[in-house]
Amino acid sequence: MNESSPTRASAAPSTASSPHPPPPSLFALFVAFATIALCGFGGVLAWSHRVMVEERRWLTPEQFNQTYALCSMLPGGNILNFSVIFGSRFRGVLGALVAIAGLLGPPMLLIMIIGTIYAHYGEMPALRRALTGIASAAAGLMMATVAKMARPLFVNRRSIAVPLVAVATFAAIGVMQWPLPLVLAAIIPVSIGISWVRL
Amino acid sequence: MKTGAGALLTLAGFFAVLSLFSIGGGNSAIPEMHRYAVDVQHWLTDRQFADTFALSQLTPGPNLIIVALIGFHVAGVLGAVVAMLAMCGPTGIAAYFVGRASERFKGKAWHGALSRGLVPVTIGLTAASRPASAFESWAKLNVK
Repeated sequence: MNESSPTRASAAPSTASSPHPPPPSLFALFVAFATIALCGFGGVLAWSHRVMVEERRWLTPEQFNQTYALCSMLPGGNILNFSVIFGSRFRGVLGALVAIAGLLGPPMLLIMIIGTIYAHYGEMPALRRALTGIASAAAGLMMATVAKMARPLFVNRRSIAVPLVAVATFAAIGVMQWPLPLVLAAIIPVSIGISWVRL
Repeated sequence: MKTGAGALLTLAGFFAVLSLFSIGGGNSAIPEMHRYAVDVQHWLTDRQFADTFALSQLTPGPNLIIVALIGFHVAGVLGAVVAMLAMCGPTGIAAYFVGRASERFKGKAWHGALSRGLVPVTIGLTAASRPASAFESWAKLNVK
């Protein structure tokens, strides 16, 4: 959040709360999003958190959460929106284009090659078994990332109201299976109200 | 299967509209893609769609990469590019302007409350819907 501090962490890069590294170059943006894309099997949220927060330290855990939350409320792919917003924050329109090209270019090349092979060999029963495996791995990875993202909610707040909102949302959608638009319309004002009161 | 400009236009129109209604991530749009590609346009059989879904999950990258594979199947490399551009263009432009607006109002109290307020909702939503919906859409396709 501290935009005015151009401090470089020249000392040991110890904790996640250390000052930010300098803004990424266009090349670094491309490489980062290509890495996220090529490591992300069954979804890219887990690797986005890992690359952006844990490895590159371009975002604090809180900033990652806030940027991702904004993206998930917008239409379209969450990480696609994330790449546009993150890229443009540092390098304008070109940054947004480079980030999204990194995220989409390599996987598109790969999937066209895979699609061509598939067209030659036709139906592959092994596909289904492979998918079952990768789907469970992806689900596990997703839950681990959710736990990582939820950590700041518990560390930085004294009240349990904020984590409660997360649990209530999970229960309404995941357990009760209530319709998404209604749940969001009810819970978002409450949640914003809570964070307003707790400024 | 249509060829040429007609197919490209159909791809572009469908995915551009679909993207505007896909809130909460790419997997929420899978059932509608299935309906359109299999039942309406007959681009793919049920079985081919199930395999397309599987291939796109097995390929590293965003789940929405399935859009490129459908486009590729319909109209080759150009089809893949057009479909993906349609899926990401309009929403990407929207995200760009929302992101810029968000930067502009950073520091305002209401902006902080709004940004922080969305976080626990998103975390709950992510925990609840994403892995489940991927499994469900797969299970539905697998039954057929």
